[in-house]
Amino acid sequence: MSIQGKKELVVAALQNGIVIDHIPCDSLFKVVNILGIQNLENGVTIGNNLSSRSMGKKGLIKIADIDLPKETLNRIAVIAPSAVINIIKDYAVVEKHKVELPEDLIDILKCNNPKCISNNEPMKTHFHVMDGKNITLKCHYCERIVKQDEVVLK
Amino acid sequence: MQKRNLLSISDLSKEEILALLKRAKEFEKNPNQHLLDGKVVGSLFFEPSTRTRLSFETAVNRLGGRVIGFSDARTSSQSKGETLKDTIMMVANYADLIVMRHPLEGAARYASEISKVPIVNAGDGSNQHPSQTMLDLYTIYQTQGTLENLTITMVGDLKYGRTVHSLLEAMRFFNPHFIFVACDELRMPKQYKEYCKKLGIEYEETKNFSPEVINKTDILYMTRVQRERFSDLMEYERVKNVYTLTASMLKGCKPNLRVLHPLPRVTEITQDVDDTPQAYYFQQALNGLYTREAIICRALGL
Repeated sequence: MSIQGKKELVVAALQNGIVIDHIPCDSLFKVVNILGIQNLENGVTIGNNLSSRSMGKKGLIKIADIDLPKETLNRIAVIAPSAVINIIKDYAVVEKHKVELPEDLIDILKCNNPKCISNNEPMKTHFHVMDGKNITLKCHYCERIVKQDEVVLK
Repeated sequence: MQKRNLLSISDLSKEEILALLKRAKEFEKNPNQHLLDGKVVGSLFFEPSTRTRLSFETAVNRLGGRVIGFSDARTSSQSKGETLKDTIMMVANYADLIVMRHPLEGAARYASEISKVPIVNAGDGSNQHPSQTMLDLYTIYQTQGTLENLTITMVGDLKYGRTVHSLLEAMRFFNPHFIFVACDELRMPKQYKEYCKKLGIEYEETKNFSPEVINKTDILYMTRVQRERFSDLMEYERVKNVYTLTASMLKGCKPNLRVLHPLPRVTEITQDVDDTPQAYYFQQALNGLYTREAIICRALGL
């Protein structure tokens, strides 16, 4: 079977829903976690290590019959800044955009500082995005600076 | 009444800093003013800090207010496993203002999100200690007559010293020139040097605590080099003595130079410096009273 054929097989057409494309392979299951996809009742297709012209290999998630707000989808930008959201209606892509890091990340990440109050009280974590391009975050509480390679999910 | 927390020095604008300094000056002239009659201040020290606690509690007393609280977490319900949230909720029911010191970083900001009364941060771990920074600024202003265009030399532990980091941030409005004097292990972190570069603040960095450095300095800010920061104790013994200020080192200094130190001092300033006109660290500590009176009034919108 040709590569093209394989691709068609795993990336079956979706009638209505959302396709999250161009997810780095090592972030795929983190994206699943952040969005809580494991708890959905909708039809979900997850693909990983699919060949991609721009990334070499990529991950992809398709969720049928769902409408997620932009703010929710943007939460994944912290670990998958290259991800692209496709909104599908009647088998056609009606909207396509890259995820954008929001200004604040609430309760998504864990603070790297063990002496931070957020690691010691039952509370939500909160990070400010200082630099969305190179991903530099600052803990709202202990003011610790966190870079992309240090990010730990909650 | 406007609720105004003081959590981090970086939350304050230039105008707010200057307004606080102006207010502190009024308290220096007359520290006893009955502005807090009938008010109760919660003084929550989840870790001991005698100097800061006495300074805050004296400030409340001189303003005519009353203090409730504890000076050690062992005597609070925290020792029974109570969360910070519950302690703050409870005390906020009783007090008009909470002054708190906590070993965990970000504790004061979190408390401010829960509390219905204003929070003044009296130190949260190695994060922030804004009243210390305000008293440093007040002392600089008092001794130099201005905060603008000064050469400030910071000596000792520039890596872990939260006072130097906060002072650096607070001085950003006043066109300072910094000289960072420290050994390799305790250099000013990159993060703060980048901060200076971004804001166009001039700085130089040296390992050499030399007469040339001292002689061009307006404010000599000494800090304690702590033994626990070193994995190699031989290295500690060496460094400790290199960054010690003695009276003879001040011979060629500018007449307006003043030596500051957040205290407690150990060996980094020898006793003979105390008798020079440049020694100012004890007055600096006294200024803590006036600036904390100003901070308390600001918090309560008085």
